[in-house]
Parts: sequence; C-alpha cells; structure tokens
Amino acid sequence: MSPLNEEQAKEYWRRNLSLMIRCLVVWFVVSYGFGIILVDVLNQIQIGGYKLGFWFAQQGSIYVFVALIFYYAKKMGDLDREFGVEEEE
Amino acid sequence: MDLQTLTYIVVGFTFALYIGIAIWARAGSTKDFYVAGGGINPIQNGMATAADWMSAASFISMAGLIALSYGGYGGSVFLMGWTGGYVILAMLLAPYLRKYGKFTVPEFIGDRFYSNSARAVAVICLIICSVTYVIGQMKGVGVAFSRFLEVDYDTGLYVGMTIVFFYAVLGGMKGITYTQIAQYCVLILAYTIPAIFISLQLTGNPLPQLGLGSTLVGTDVYLLDKLDMVVTDLGFKEYTTNVRLSGINMFAYTLSLMIGTAGLPHVIIRFFTVPKVRDARSSAGWALVFIAILYTTAPAVAGMARLNLMQTLEPSPGQYLAIDERPQWFKNWEKTGLLAYEDKNGDGRIQYSADKETNEMVKIDNDIMVLANPEIAKLPNWVIALVAAGGLAAALSTAAGLLLAISSAISHDLLKGMLTPNISEKAELNASRIAMAFAIAGAGYLGLNPPGFAAGTVALAFGLAASSIFPALMMGIFSKGITKEGAIAGMIGGIGVTLFYVFQHKGIMFIPGTAWVQPGGENWFLGIEPNAFGCVGAIVNFVVAFAVSKVTAAPPERVQELVEHIRVPVGAGEATGH
Repeated sequence: MSPLNEEQAKEYWRRNLSLMIRCLVVWFVVSYGFGIILVDVLNQIQIGGYKLGFWFAQQGSIYVFVALIFYYAKKMGDLDREFGVEEEE
Repeated sequence: MDLQTLTYIVVGFTFALYIGIAIWARAGSTKDFYVAGGGINPIQNGMATAADWMSAASFISMAGLIALSYGGYGGSVFLMGWTGGYVILAMLLAPYLRKYGKFTVPEFIGDRFYSNSARAVAVICLIICSVTYVIGQMKGVGVAFSRFLEVDYDTGLYVGMTIVFFYAVLGGMKGITYTQIAQYCVLILAYTIPAIFISLQLTGNPLPQLGLGSTLVGTDVYLLDKLDMVVTDLGFKEYTTNVRLSGINMFAYTLSLMIGTAGLPHVIIRFFTVPKVRDARSSAGWALVFIAILYTTAPAVAGMARLNLMQTLEPSPGQYLAIDERPQWFKNWEKTGLLAYEDKNGDGRIQYSADKETNEMVKIDNDIMVLANPEIAKLPNWVIALVAAGGLAAALSTAAGLLLAISSAISHDLLKGMLTPNISEKAELNASRIAMAFAIAGAGYLGLNPPGFAAGTVALAFGLAASSIFPALMMGIFSKGITKEGAIAGMIGGIGVTLFYVFQHKGIMFIPGTAWVQPGGENWFLGIEPNAFGCVGAIVNFVVAFAVSKVTAAPPERVQELVEHIRVPVGAGEATGH
C-alpha cells in the first residue's frame, strides 16, 4: 500500500498530472504546432540556411524532446522527495 | 587490401565480439532471461534501447525515405514520430510499468484487467505487432549480407540467425542487452563518420546538423536554398516545404508513429531491466539522446546525399550526365539493381526529371542514399566496411529485441501464466530458451519466404501497436474505472478498425486485387493514408473501452489498490514474475 494517506495521494497525483500536462503541451507545440500546423508561418523566418518551421520539424523538436524528458525526470524526483515517496538507495 | 577482404574482417570482428559477449553474459535464471537480472544502469539501458529501437529501416532506409520518397519536409513525420514517442513513454508508461515490476507487457494487462482473456488478447496483439516487425528485420539482415559481402540472401540470413541464436538463446535479455550496447557503438560510428566527411566536403562544417544549415564551400549560397533550386528546376516540389499529402495526413502519421513507438512491447520491456522507477524515467531520456544522435544526422544525410545525387546527374544547369561519364559508384550500384537508367530519347545522356514520361533515371532506390554515401564522398574502404557492419548491427539488435518480446510472451504469459502455472523456475527458463529457438526459426522462415505483405509490414506494426497495446496500457494506469470487458473490446475494436482500413485499401493480407476500395487518395478517411491510420484506431480503442466500461460491473477493489500502488515510486522491488 501507498505510504500516503488519501489526501496526500490525491495531491501527489494531481501535481504529477499537472507537470505531465505542462510537458505534453510543450511536446505538442514544438512538433505538431511549429513543425506541422504553423510551419508555413515559421518558414518566413530564416536562421542560417534553415527555414525555422523546417528546422523544428527535422531538428528542433528532437532536441526539445530530449530536454523535456530530463526536465520531467528531475521534477518528478523533486516531487517524490517532497512527499517522501522516493526509493531508498 | 581490397574492399571485400576488409569488409569480411570488420564484420567478422564485430560478430566475434557479439559471440564473446554471449558467452560472458549467460542467463542463470528466468529473471536474467526476461529482464537481464533487473540491474542494468539507466545509461547502459538507454544505449541498449537505442540499438533495440533503431532498426535496419532507420539505418539503411530512413535518410532515403526522407530525401526521395517523401521529398524532404514530408519525411519529417519519421523524424518527429520515431523520437517523440519516447516523451510519451517516459511520462505515461515506463515508470508505472517498471513500478509494477513484472516481466512482460501482457502480464500487466492481465493483472490490471483481472482477466486471463485480456492477457491472451494482449499476447495476440503483441505477437501480431512483433512478427510483422521482425520480418522486416530478417529481410534487412539478408539484404545487408547480400549487398556488402556478396553472399546470397539466404546464406546471409542463416549466418544472421546463427549469431542471434547464440546470444539470445544463451543469454536472453542479459545477452541481448550487452550485445545491443556493443551494436549501438558500431552502428552510430558507421552512421556518423560518413556523414561528418560529407558535411565537411560540402559545407566545411564537421557537424552535419549545422552543415545542413550552412553555405556551400566557396560560395555564399545556403545548401538548402541550392537544393530547393536544383530539385524545382527538374520539376520536383521544393525540398524544404514539400508536404506529405496534407497537413492532416502528416499530423495523423506523426501521431501514429509516436504512440506506436510508445506501445511497442520490445521497447517497453527494455525499461523493466533498470533497478528503480526514477531510472526508468531518466533511462528514456538517455535512450532518446542516443537515438537523437542518429535522428538529427539523418536529415542532414538526406539533404546532402540528395544534393550530391542531383549534381551528379545534372553537373551544370540543363546539362545532364553523359552515359559514358558515369562515376564508378554509379556503375557499382547499377549491378545491385538499386540504380537504373534508360536512355529513352537516345541522346547518350541521362535526363532526370519529375515527369515520369521523360525521366530516364528509372530506378533510384531509397537505400542508395546511405549505402552509396561513402563511395560518393570518396571515403576510404574501411569506412565502407564499417557501414556494412553498422547495417548488420542495426538489423540484428532489433531482431533480437523483438524475438525476446515474442518468446517471453509465449513462455511467460502463455505457459507459466495460463497453461501450466505450476511450472518450476528451471523448467520455465528451459521453456523460454526453446520458445526463443522456435521464434528465431519462425522469423528465419518468414525471412526466407517473405509473405506478400512483407513490404508494408514495419509501418503496419506501428499502426497495430498504436491502436491496441498503447491505449490499453495508458487506460490501465490513468483510469481506475476501465473494466476487463472495456479493455478487451477496446483492443479488439482498435486493432480491428486499423487492420480493416489497411486491408480495404491495400488488399487482404496485402494480396493484390483483394482491396475492395479503389486504391488512391479519394476514398481515404479525411485524406489519411493507411500507414497513418493507427491513431484513429487508438481513438476507437479509447472510445469503445470507455463506453463498454460504463455499462459493465466496476473493477474489483484490488484493482483500485493496484492502480494506487503503481502511481507512487516507493516500494518498487526488482522486476519479478510472481
């Protein structure tokens, strides 16, 4: 059983979901948003030889994905410690 | 030393390495066999996951798919789709399934949906996805051997099967993990070294990721602008803006590949090998780092190889390549049938054009973009030998991971879980080895006698995983209310709709002539091509599961506790089968 009481378990899960949703919004915006839906608009901007929309679709979104996972892992680690549900060494 | 001898030496060395690892990493228990003992460091697991994940298709075909078939920007669906899935995996599935701490994906589905029927349906979905995927890998092994070592396809396949047999049967997940780490190193070197040289030659920038956005050596013209210009001159769509069919189709395609990635069992079980829940989170990040090294290089390889090809075929504007002046690499690859020309107007030159009537470059295989790269860039022979070893590493590592997912579903879910629950640990280990041997033989048979649908299989596997396994796992973790009837109906509905859509447009089991809807785009639902339909199947799965759960009896109390239990990390034991 969970070491948290019902109230704490609810709060822990709510904070987890809210972090997750924030991360998924970024995930959606950089790939589907910048890479597909808004690609023509962003392509008006050029950075070096890259049109910006094209860059997000073929490079940028992937870099953001990597950063997102580590950010999520770090923040969840903090949340686990705050609620005392982290794993022992 | 000639290229052939050198290739044999490099490939032989990598194979000796894999066999050495197989003998060193033998499995002593079912836990070793299914989850490599559960003690794999998250960075090592990330590397193994990257090799597990990146198949012959990623290594050999993807750059060409982007550059040629999908004409540039349209190929972004593969780049985003096959990486973005790891974000979903890291946040929605991996940590919770690791916390649950069992050996297989169907085992979780069976427990969460308190039903052996649900487990059996999950096993069937898993086997359909994994078998369709493994056929592609076996073909990749045979093709890589026959192209690089000039042995025939069948012989190549037998050699590949023998190597996989060695480390997968002896070592199970443990052997596979350590060989995958070695295979990752081989394949990433083999992919990036030619890319760095080509980037240097074209742009003077050693990083292909930056080279693609740089100016061409000795000019102030950007590489991508030049590429857009030369392709549009010949009547092709502009490289950097060429949409694949429609925005909606690209959206659906990317989404299907992402959730398919997150739902593929051979990827998910890799996260059962790390010691802790927090390792499962970070390990997904490491996996994506190692994958991103190849996936951010691939679009550069695509753009640069396409430009090289265009400039070979049309050395100066309007002046096409004379047949007598074909470079050596061109002639080499003609022999394999990957390149072919036909001088239709008899002027002794090869007109290359987007217009099918006048185009004389009648065959440019996608694979040529990676395979011929080292020769086009005039790289030394050892680099070409390394590319051969890399292609084989990519195919073998993915095949082994898939075979483990299949054999553990048979020995652990079917035998231990359903048919003979009282089987001893030792007997189960033997059974898992026998299941693995049969899985290899079966995959080999399908590689030797590829069914008619083999060409479309890898894309299909994603659609099937996206529409069956991913939604079931996600609902199992995030909803306490989904009932066993809901989950079973959802999985069957999701995979059913996806298969129905694919068969209706491409033929039953891809047999030509059995499609009952006219091929081509006009009958597509919202203009979505069959390969991109997995996400619609997933939506069907979710809707059916929720609807059926509303009208069936709520799950028992222990399921609520199970869901509570997996939502917090503390108290995760090592993965176990009990």
